[in-house]
Amino acid sequence: MPAKGAMSSPTRTPPASVTLEKQPAVDLDGVRRVFAAGSVVALDGVSLRVDPGAVVAVVGPSGCGKSTLLDLVCGLQAPDAGTVRSPAPAARGAATGAVLMPQGDTLLPWASALDNAALALRIAGVARPAARERARVELEALGLGQFADARPAALSGGMRQRIAVARTLLSGAGVICLDEPFGALDAITRADAQRWLTATLAREPRTVLLVTHDTEEAALLADRVVVLSARPGRVVADIPVPLPHPRVATDAAVVAVRAEVLAALEAGR
Amino acid sequence: MLAVLILLAFLGGWQAYADLSDIDEFLLPSPTDVLSTAWEDRGLLWDNFQVTAQEMGIGLLIAIVLGVGLALALHRWAQVRRGLYPLLIASQTVPIVLVAPLLAAWLGYDLTPKLIIVALVCFFPIVVPTLDALAGADPGRRKLMAGLGASRWQQLRFVEAPSALPALFTGTRLAVAIAAIAAVLAETAGSDAGLGHLMTQSIPQLETARAFAAVVLLSLFSLSLYAALTLAERRVAPWAHPPKGPVL
Repeated sequence: MPAKGAMSSPTRTPPASVTLEKQPAVDLDGVRRVFAAGSVVALDGVSLRVDPGAVVAVVGPSGCGKSTLLDLVCGLQAPDAGTVRSPAPAARGAATGAVLMPQGDTLLPWASALDNAALALRIAGVARPAARERARVELEALGLGQFADARPAALSGGMRQRIAVARTLLSGAGVICLDEPFGALDAITRADAQRWLTATLAREPRTVLLVTHDTEEAALLADRVVVLSARPGRVVADIPVPLPHPRVATDAAVVAVRAEVLAALEAGR
Repeated sequence: MLAVLILLAFLGGWQAYADLSDIDEFLLPSPTDVLSTAWEDRGLLWDNFQVTAQEMGIGLLIAIVLGVGLALALHRWAQVRRGLYPLLIASQTVPIVLVAPLLAAWLGYDLTPKLIIVALVCFFPIVVPTLDALAGADPGRRKLMAGLGASRWQQLRFVEAPSALPALFTGTRLAVAIAAIAAVLAETAGSDAGLGHLMTQSIPQLETARAFAAVVLLSLFSLSLYAALTLAERRVAPWAHPPKGPVL
């Protein structure tokens, strides 16, 4: 177990009985997205339904439109064809109820971890003291309380990404889209961060779209792995992962999922 | 520290040359001549220093307000940028040497024409880096803000303005460095007080040491403004100079 930022019960069951709504949390139907005046087709005919509370990993080769897919779900881009349905916005002014954690280190270097975590609330119009108070409670709950007053420059890469995840959760959005959240971390730090994310989602269940190029990460975290083909991105495989948490990377069942995902990736090139 | 050593070596060489050669004191006063003149003329220097310091200080404040305001406007509205940016660049090609006497003729010998010259020369190095930094805010952070539903104002408030703050300080430090030259130039064109006025008066009166003393005083003032800005930046934008320390 990680020494820092660990939580007691890193177990999470896949979405059990979905309460009243049978409707998917995210529903993409025949989505097409083109760039550079039609010469680059990023996504073509992508249909994807995500149940509320599900963690869906999206894997695919570089440039297959994974990030574009998240932008579409979060309302940051509009499809050229097809429809994208996301939940109603949780925050004032937000396009949808899906919030993106963009790729890379997007913490604000001038703000403390606490103020970074409080950012979504501030943008939603919550006054600074109240936003900070709620952020402090959340950071404590996620085992990050001791870092609240540090600036990002004083934090390790793993801690920075955790703060960024906490900020995304604090938006209150029902759907969170994580774009390679731990992509820049070394293997050991990444494993810690993945365990932390599993425990966090057990505490605060959300619908999660997780873009990753790491098949191990997909097999460890997701209830379902969606594999996209090389550009133009299409769904070439949709692999359920009905394994309990916490998962171990070397577990035979996890390795079997990885093998299946890798085979689908290879087939989709 | 190194700067002090270099300065001392330079002053030593200068003193030695002035003492050992037969050069006339009216042509090249030695550092000790300059020092003793500065002490003798301290009242005169102080009165004229206050005039120039006021021109530089107020002129710089106008330049900062103007520079920040223009940078924000050029950043916010693409039309303003397209329409005004070429004119701003053109404003910098106006030969100040010709404009300064004209302003003195139109507006007299008092403070106003000096403030115009200082502000005109100093706003440009503030606008350009600030505008670039506003526009160059990290795209990932902009995207994050857009995803959270941030308004234009919130993008500026939370991401763009803090991103541009170190550049604003850099621009202001450049402006401080040239403000002294601008003030002296404006005084040369027409004035009855100020260190620039004193310098131009001293040389034909063969009071070369006094002119040098005025230059030294002006340099010291610019240096202290520069140092004050550096300290202010450390306080206001500490993230731009993160302390080297252990990572949590």
